[in-house]
Amino acid sequence: MGKVKPRRSMAPSAVFWLLLGGLYFFIPLLTTLLFSLKSNQTGKCCTAANYGWVIHNGEFWHTLKISFLLALETIAVSLTIFVPTIYWVHLKVPKLRPVLASLALIPFVVPPIVMVVGLLKFYKGTPSWFYGQPWGFLAGAYVILAFPYMFFSLDAGFRSIDVHTLTEASQSLGARWTTTLFKVILPNIRSAALAGSFLALAIVMGEYTIANLAAFHTFPIFIQYVNETQGFPAGALTLLSFGITWAAMGSLLLVGRKRGTRASVLTGAG
Amino acid sequence: MAYLELQNLQREFAGGVRALDGIEVQLGQGEFLSLLGPSGCGKTTALRLVAGFDRPDEGRIVIDGKDITNVAPSKRDMGMVFQAYSLFPNMTAAQNVEFGLKIRRKGKGERSGRVGELLELVGLGHAGDRYPHQLSGGMQQRVALARALAIEPRVLLLDEPLSALDAKVRVQLREEIRRIQLELGITTLYVTHDQEEALAISDHVAVMYRGRIEQIGPPAEMYSRPATPFVAEFIGTMNRLEATVSDPTSGTVEHGGVTLTVDAARGRTKGDRILVLIRPETVELAPENGSNPANTLSGEVIAQTFLGPVTRLKVVGPGADLIADVSTAKAATLPIGMKVTAALPVTDARVLELSDEGFEIAEEPGQAGR
Ligand SMILES: Nc1ncnc2c1ncn2[C@@H]1O[C@H](COP(=O)(O)OP(=O)(O)OP(=O)(O)O)[C@@H](O)[C@H]1O
Ligand SMILES: [Mg+2]
Repeated sequence: MGKVKPRRSMAPSAVFWLLLGGLYFFIPLLTTLLFSLKSNQTGKCCTAANYGWVIHNGEFWHTLKISFLLALETIAVSLTIFVPTIYWVHLKVPKLRPVLASLALIPFVVPPIVMVVGLLKFYKGTPSWFYGQPWGFLAGAYVILAFPYMFFSLDAGFRSIDVHTLTEASQSLGARWTTTLFKVILPNIRSAALAGSFLALAIVMGEYTIANLAAFHTFPIFIQYVNETQGFPAGALTLLSFGITWAAMGSLLLVGRKRGTRASVLTGAG
Repeated sequence: MAYLELQNLQREFAGGVRALDGIEVQLGQGEFLSLLGPSGCGKTTALRLVAGFDRPDEGRIVIDGKDITNVAPSKRDMGMVFQAYSLFPNMTAAQNVEFGLKIRRKGKGERSGRVGELLELVGLGHAGDRYPHQLSGGMQQRVALARALAIEPRVLLLDEPLSALDAKVRVQLREEIRRIQLELGITTLYVTHDQEEALAISDHVAVMYRGRIEQIGPPAEMYSRPATPFVAEFIGTMNRLEATVSDPTSGTVEHGGVTLTVDAARGRTKGDRILVLIRPETVELAPENGSNPANTLSGEVIAQTFLGPVTRLKVVGPGADLIADVSTAKAATLPIGMKVTAALPVTDARVLELSDEGFEIAEEPGQAGR
């Protein structure tokens, strides 16, 4: 009787490349960590005072809240607009899909600085509850920025299910459009919607150019401010924001994940 | 009175494809009609019009005396079973079946009772809490059937529900579909390109070709009395002998230099081109022995195909190109290469006008159409 072969261990070259990738990722984090533990007065290791400084800073919480709410708003608006649109395109006018895909590339191609100048010009003179508020103008700009990520995630999700058959099955059972969308289509593209939402969240939490030029005080603006004015606390802030973004993604995952979801979030489509 | 009526249905798609060209169907309550035809003949298009997923350019769909041509699919009460992948992946089998009942706002107790009954009916009483991806293809189609039946539809529509399954499951499931249909007495439209399937389970079969119904009738009639060359070719295997009428009074026709006497050729015009139709199982083969009785072709056995109880022989000779089904025991006495005579039961054979317009039967259905 032959012995059961042990599972093949990783090839040495694979280990090497993995390690290299890991180092590339972790060394900056590690040095930032060491940096952030130095005292702002003496420059000596090791103290947690910098973290205390960040946590007790009112601006930190304030801007963090703004950015987080902005991210949620961007996600909500994007999903509300793009899910039905992409559904409709897949179902009724598949010829428009390539058109949408090329439209979705525009935010990649147009530099943010050009975009923000254009948008500011275009919306000049709109009511101040829109123009002067992050919830208006800035969220609008972020929906545009998030469009490519939302589109390609959702598009992959819709392509992974049989939109036509599922819709027709649902209709023949008596369901209206809204019922079909919420009960049949959405649950089956949930992981794609989640993937798009993650990306939108990451973008909004880190967007600097537009917020700066449009003069809104968001979290990235605060980080930049601390970077310029404080030494070691900036390191602490960087690490904290890194952790916060990941935590936010984690909570999105928890919200979005319910029983019956099998598809992995990372593949987007599942 | 007919329960389901399709009146002169026409549908032309962009690009000038005439998918339906005047479909007429009348189906009594509780009857089972199969739409049978080669790929691209318009079967799915016809079914989608009845389901309401598509609208006809012309014509009417009437159920129980009411014109429903322009009613939305969600208001038609049609149970639809698709070819595959139609179960909602996010719901268990039971939840799939329950879906239509929830939409109809049935109470919780009634729903779960009904779901249980239906799953039992399709033989899946034990699998209610499995998700579609945990079910085999055959089981998925059973769930789809139960789901369609749950809403107590006025008409059950099935579009090649078995074509994605393997042969054995296909035969088993088609019989169950028929059993359930008879048990519930539900009016059914069944689309298939498999003539054996259509003949096996239908009350009526409609053979479609190029957007038209060539012939509609009970299976036995379709088999024994095909009305057009196309139907003759499509249903079962048929020998089609092209012949010219040489003497209309005696019914003598000439086929490849051999004279045959065919009753049905009487009264035609001399020189008429006709098709004499002969089923392979009615051809009598015998080893050649020098004699040459009437209505007999001679040739050589060039191929044998074992089909179980019968063996199909191909006989080719001057003026002969025949298929004959003989018992497998007898086939052993007629090996390949043997010279044989083939007696044709032409006296009461069916005859069709040979029109100039030819037709071709597509190979296995391809990817075209849904
Ligand atoms: N939405 C559509 N747009 C354009 N042409 C179509 C459309 N649907 C069907 N057709 C065409 O109409 C004809 C009939 O199609 P249909 O799907 O009804 O055939 P079918 O008999 O169901 O064939 P199959 O056995 O392959 O399913 C085909 O030529 C097909 O290409
Ligand atoms: Mg079809």
